[in-house]
Amino acid sequence: MSILVNKDTKVITQGITGATGLFHAKGALDYGTQMVGGVTPGKGGTNVDITLENGNVVSLPVFNTVEQAVAATGATASVIYVPPAFAADSIMEAVDAGLDLVICITEGIPVLDMVKVKRYMEGSKTTLIGPNCPGVITPDECKIGIMPGYIHTKGHVGVVSRSGTLTYEAVHQLSTRGIGQSSAVGIGGDPVKGSEFIDILSRFNDDPDTYAVIMIGEIGGTAEEEAAEWIKANMKKPVVGFIGGATAPPGKRMGHAGAIISGGKGTAAEKIATLEACGIKVAPTPSDMGSTLVSVLEAQGLLEKCTTGVAQA
Amino acid sequence: MNIHEYQGKEVLKQYGVAVPEGKVAFSVDEAVEAAQALGTPVVVVKAQIHAGGRGKAGGVKVAKNIDEVRAYASEILGKVLVTHQTGPEGKEVKRLLIEQGCDIKKEYYVGVVIDRGTGRVTMMASEEGGTEIEEVAAHSPEKIIKEVIDPAIGLQVFQARKLAYAINIPSELVNKAVKFMIALYNAFVDKDCSIAEINPLVVTGDGNVMALDAKLNFDSNALYRHKDIVALRDLEEEDAKEIEASKYDLSYIALEGNIGCMVNGAGLAMATMDIIKYYGGDPANFLDVGGGATKEKVTEAFKIILSDENVKGIFVNIFGGIMRCDVIADGVIAAAKELGLDRPLVVRLEGTNVELGKKMLNESGLNIVAADSMADGAQKIVNLVK
Repeated sequence: MSILVNKDTKVITQGITGATGLFHAKGALDYGTQMVGGVTPGKGGTNVDITLENGNVVSLPVFNTVEQAVAATGATASVIYVPPAFAADSIMEAVDAGLDLVICITEGIPVLDMVKVKRYMEGSKTTLIGPNCPGVITPDECKIGIMPGYIHTKGHVGVVSRSGTLTYEAVHQLSTRGIGQSSAVGIGGDPVKGSEFIDILSRFNDDPDTYAVIMIGEIGGTAEEEAAEWIKANMKKPVVGFIGGATAPPGKRMGHAGAIISGGKGTAAEKIATLEACGIKVAPTPSDMGSTLVSVLEAQGLLEKCTTGVAQA
Repeated sequence: MNIHEYQGKEVLKQYGVAVPEGKVAFSVDEAVEAAQALGTPVVVVKAQIHAGGRGKAGGVKVAKNIDEVRAYASEILGKVLVTHQTGPEGKEVKRLLIEQGCDIKKEYYVGVVIDRGTGRVTMMASEEGGTEIEEVAAHSPEKIIKEVIDPAIGLQVFQARKLAYAINIPSELVNKAVKFMIALYNAFVDKDCSIAEINPLVVTGDGNVMALDAKLNFDSNALYRHKDIVALRDLEEEDAKEIEASKYDLSYIALEGNIGCMVNGAGLAMATMDIIKYYGGDPANFLDVGGGATKEKVTEAFKIILSDENVKGIFVNIFGGIMRCDVIADGVIAAAKELGLDRPLVVRLEGTNVELGKKMLNESGLNIVAADSMADGAQKIVNLVK
């Protein structure tokens, strides 16, 4: 089944006429995602023609507002490729239009803008993933974001992460072992975000097609610790973790706005200790994420069920 | 982005936050002039560096006359201060704040941060002023009072009052304290701060509530809309390589080790540092070239890494999604040829166009060691650098 997105999900792209939006709209379509239109204020009424890898040309309608795009296409999800100065506004517009799911890829949104967005979203039914995230993918069904589709294989392991390329590393380690993924969700590297680990873990917990989860965290904040406590109290499936940034110095922002150890809090050591205390096995190195998951699946008798692909030499 | 104490106080002053009178000085003569202009019986000579713990390190002196101002200014200007926040190499003092002395009756702590749990701006206050707030948080967290602020309406007067009474601000000064806190919140939000710390907040003998120290830090993501804050940047307080990297939009942090790293993606970059350490090596830097890196950007990244004399070898770890392996290979080859590759280089490529990237590296004629995986690459570079 998967979580958040599947082959029936209809998506629009906010910022579709920009280079990045266009590039990834094509990527989505190439993968088989139902990308049905886009929004660029001022370009409503025009179309973007996208030539796919298979030679087909898809013509997507562009609208001035998200409300118009939703009314015309029936989309229930949106992906945002809008520059940082305008991205918070784009998120709120999508929420206002009543979308079920909004995925914001943009990196660099001012934190106080996201504080406002979060406040604005209170009481709304919209789920926000991101910002500063690679997106969400349900292999073989729907890809919304910048991740390379081909490294993913269909299966039963859920992936949730604050990182982009480190997630690809994990997915690659799983796929090459024949272990497919139900859905992979990048929650993003910002300190104030739409969805935290617990929100995604809860969905994986309720998804009958997800049998295990790999959780990839990093320094900064206490979301991993909170997730660990939640997992101990609620999670019905095994969870394996990795925490990046064990060697990061305090007080320095390590790329991601949220990856900063401040006031002594948010260290990798603390997170790893809490995860392990809550029964979550933590991979000792980033190269061991796949093998750590395999060992836990084996121990729980789930390895066969989770081996949905062909292991590569 | 960090700024100096005197700059932070100037910003806060614009919002009506009470701060002592003071002026920056770049020389001993300027320090003397500033003290004379202040005309107060007691003048404080304060080192201005982007680090805390200056007092303990001898960077803050109370002068009772102009001769003492001159003496202290001479002593502190040019001195390398080593505090618990500067690292062992310390920081050279190039600026002083010459400030009026205050009759300090009591010290408190007030700070504004963004609380990640609630996703809201939070004001914290404590009666334990002047000490390390982290220690208070660790040993007596009940002594830190917090008010979470609703972004829709801002810090309300009743919230500031709650804080003021909770930390035992003298009754007759509560109104001034409230005014102070509201002004501090306004400054924080208006200027897109990430932290605004007043430690200590003091009440004085003449009935004032003032910021004796002010530490303001700004959200780098918001600097585009605060040109006035960007103008306060002190490049001498930053690592030269980090400044260079920011010109090319590269995310770079200098570290202590000898293995240079170039990675795409912050999470993978942190994990690369970790795995190098795991195999007994020591990373020289964090560097995220990002998804859209061009050949030029990759070359600049290489130059910056190589400009670090400590670097004895380089590990390039790329998982190409948007980033194509052939583009990275192109950049690495161009940089190596332009700069001359005089140190071991291990490259691990995976992802989009990986076969093409590997082929280009093999055929480049350069001494590049190929790695099959992240672990393999880390082990190889650690061994080559030993």
